[in-house]
Amino acid sequence: MSHSLTTMSYIIAAILFILSLSGLSNQETSRRGNYYGMAGMAIAIIATALSGTVTAYAILIVAVLIGGAIGAMLASKVAMTQMPELVAIMHSLVGMAAVLVGFANFMDSSSGLAGAEKTIHEIEIYIGILIGAITFSGSVIAFCKLSEKISGKPLLLPARHWFNLLLLVAVFVLGAQFLQQTEGGGGNLPMLFLDHSGALPLLIMTVIGLTFGVHMVMAIGGADMPVVVSMLNSYSGWAAAATGFMLSNDLLIVTGALVGSSGAILSYIMCRAMNRNFISVIAGGFGTASGGAAAVIEGEVQPIDADETAQLLLAAKNIMIIPGYGMAVAQAQHTVYEITKFLREKGKKVRFGIHPVAGRMPGHMNVLLAEAKVPYDIVFEMEEINEDFANVDVSIVIGANDIVNPSALDDPNSPIAGMPVLECWHGKTTIVLKRSMASGYAGVGNPLFVLENTRMLFGDANATMQAVLKALKG
Amino acid sequence: MKIGIPKEMHRGEKRVATTPEAAAQIIQLGFTVSIESGAGLGANISDEAYQAVGVEIVNDIKLLWDQSDIMLKVRAPEWRPNPNRNELNLFREGQTIISFIWPAQNEELMQTLAAKNTTVLAMDSVPRMSRAQKMDALSSMANIAGYRAIVEAAQHFGRFFTGQITAAGKIPPAKVLVIGAGVAGLAAIGAAKGMGAIVRAFDTRPEVKEQIESMDAEFLMLDFKEEGSGVGGYAKTMSPEFIAAEMALFAEQAKEVDIIVTTALIPGKPAPKLITAEMVQSMKAGSVIVDLAAEQGGNCELTEKDKVVVAHSVTIIGYTNLPSRLANQSSQLYATNLRHLLTELCPNKDGILNVNMDDEVIRGATVIKEGKITWPPPPPKLSAAPAAKPAAVAETTAKAPVKPSVIKQLLPLIIAGLALFSIGSVAPESFMAHFTVFVLACFVGYQVIWNVSPSLHTPLMSVTNAISGIIVIGAIVQVSSPTVGLLAGLATLIASINIAGGFLVTRRMLDMFRK
Repeated sequence: MSHSLTTMSYIIAAILFILSLSGLSNQETSRRGNYYGMAGMAIAIIATALSGTVTAYAILIVAVLIGGAIGAMLASKVAMTQMPELVAIMHSLVGMAAVLVGFANFMDSSSGLAGAEKTIHEIEIYIGILIGAITFSGSVIAFCKLSEKISGKPLLLPARHWFNLLLLVAVFVLGAQFLQQTEGGGGNLPMLFLDHSGALPLLIMTVIGLTFGVHMVMAIGGADMPVVVSMLNSYSGWAAAATGFMLSNDLLIVTGALVGSSGAILSYIMCRAMNRNFISVIAGGFGTASGGAAAVIEGEVQPIDADETAQLLLAAKNIMIIPGYGMAVAQAQHTVYEITKFLREKGKKVRFGIHPVAGRMPGHMNVLLAEAKVPYDIVFEMEEINEDFANVDVSIVIGANDIVNPSALDDPNSPIAGMPVLECWHGKTTIVLKRSMASGYAGVGNPLFVLENTRMLFGDANATMQAVLKALKG
Repeated sequence: MKIGIPKEMHRGEKRVATTPEAAAQIIQLGFTVSIESGAGLGANISDEAYQAVGVEIVNDIKLLWDQSDIMLKVRAPEWRPNPNRNELNLFREGQTIISFIWPAQNEELMQTLAAKNTTVLAMDSVPRMSRAQKMDALSSMANIAGYRAIVEAAQHFGRFFTGQITAAGKIPPAKVLVIGAGVAGLAAIGAAKGMGAIVRAFDTRPEVKEQIESMDAEFLMLDFKEEGSGVGGYAKTMSPEFIAAEMALFAEQAKEVDIIVTTALIPGKPAPKLITAEMVQSMKAGSVIVDLAAEQGGNCELTEKDKVVVAHSVTIIGYTNLPSRLANQSSQLYATNLRHLLTELCPNKDGILNVNMDDEVIRGATVIKEGKITWPPPPPKLSAAPAAKPAAVAETTAKAPVKPSVIKQLLPLIIAGLALFSIGSVAPESFMAHFTVFVLACFVGYQVIWNVSPSLHTPLMSVTNAISGIIVIGAIVQVSSPTVGLLAGLATLIASINIAGGFLVTRRMLDMFRK
């Protein structure tokens, strides 16, 4: 395949990727968008494989087949509640691939560049590996946090900002050394410690990048996970773009930039939904900036049982269901839909209200509800339904806390002050499903629980929902 | 302790202070309950029904009064024909009475009761707090009065409430104006709405606007800034300018509506005159006015207490015993209110009354404690109105720090611009070509992603994840190199996991989304 033909294929692939992303902008075109993406990827891989630079087809085919098989298996096995974990671990793979490609490129001395071009090339390698390393270790930590292999609580080292700064300075210093050493010639990894090929600074920098990734995600609290996941998504894109610069490959640059900017926007949307500054999320630690103590919540909760809940639901006309992470944990989405179906057959108006940061990744709740076959036209975003709570007879809050916390609006000292929340307390009655009276991920008390028109239904979300369903039918 | 319930003797009074259901629960608290024979008949409750739950029936009223420690009544003690003397004379030293008292209007009664060394709890003085709602007999009676007001209006109104189009012609819906949207007003709105009328409502307290609108009625706005909320959620007297504007509104409405229900009361004052004789005259013939404030002199100038009068072809209903006209229902609610109060008064369920003056609700309700007049209580400070001033302050402080951020917003742009220039000054041409592509692609990504629906964020992330597997190309071009082939092969494998996994899981997710 000629060089021009390859380039043309790349252009087509890039266009297909753009169409793919724009196809995902709404439900009707989303499936088509996914197929565009697949087609683009297939064209890109085939064009590259046939471009003439590739001769070792055996390795290539074996690697693609094994990798593809593992990927397909993961995709078919994963439970929808584990999507955040899957996405996080996938990001780490992109990061790792970027590191490997960077090292391979560094050791491959056949580039034949000289002068300023060579310097730029070395910088590209350096940056590519750095971003790749951060993405890799950050995603691994995010994965561990999401799958609760390590605690979701933010780990706040005493002088963490200084530590980050130190790492950054080290990266610059090592970068200068790396450039100085590579002036002499191409890298040669086996002779690592003997010659001054630049391999040593590169390796140390990789370790620093990994440390930085770990430290960054460790410092971020569980409630900020949606931001972290989309931010890592963005990083994996930038890693790909850096690799593209390194290899002078426009397709990689375009695609990497697309993914990078999309992840960045998602992070921004998530931050806006929580009314938090992006920098302060990344810097970690919840509520460290606000002065004054948050108001202490006083009052008595009013418990309710499944039978009474069923009675309330049967008496209501307009019902709103507000799912949170607790629904995902308890896998209650199917039972919730059973109840929804039952109530809808009774002629009641049942809707779902989704907060942008409900769950542990952007759009998490929508995917869970879709899995349970909840039609997407009764699932509404916060902005769409917040005005309408006055007309709601019963709101059911399933395993959510911070996203329905009135103190976000009326207590300026609350750590979540200013975050838009679902204002379910404007409705007639709110039923809150909760395992116990512990506070949410943000560690904030919730005055909603002691409001006069709130009833608490304690227990595992799935078990209690089953009981409610039984009471409804019986 | 023994509880006694006499028959109500007031003319037209059909309510009774307890029902069999409430009595059964009072007995559970450890009290014994006796009732005068025939006390429940007005509310369609027979002596046998009381007997069935263990209530003693007593024929001799004097015996009942003598043997009881606590008397439960609806109306304040008054003269009774049988025996021919005032109930006040039946009281013995140290007895307790719980009923409506209206201490502000009945000073003489208070003095007499105090002289007898009694303890008196007035159901009308239960403070208006959330905790005391279950004992708030005024609200439960007002609710009934509001409902009954519409029933009475319907009785005297010669037309349908609901609009209809029939073969015999079109029937317009009745227009109802409710003045004062307290409990009674809201109940009237609900009942009138339920019968299909067009309902408008007016109140001086702006915070009830939402409540009126929640009942699907129209709130008549007065373009006048004055807060009408007094202490404890009740209305207060308004300024003369406000009243003038209000009267103009009523005069205009009177010409239009068919039915007016007035419920305007200010605690401890005669009812404000809102509907003048001229307004009545301007109403359509056959219209109806129900004046729920008749007891306190009426909101309409032409109202006559306890009577139905017709003036200028408009029927004006001045009944003061509307709850009694729904005796069974109101007895039930009143008995439940009493029962809740007794539960509060008897926390140990041992049949002993404990008038705990530290409890805000009991303190409010107790108007005489062991012969000492304890009315009026210290004023409650809870009102349903939002505290207006602190909110305004919060708003201004929130707005203040916005301005200086203009420089902050520009700073990143300036820095980015400088960075781009410095790159441009050293970078070779080949790099700049790639860089152009990079920056343009960033903007394309930016534009495309903004339109993505939030419900698709997870699929979006998994598909961008798969797409970022494009890094496989970087690995593929190096896979044939003798030195780094293996490394590149590994990278290919990893990236392939990403591609296959990402696209397939996206497909799986998208297949689940359905209408």
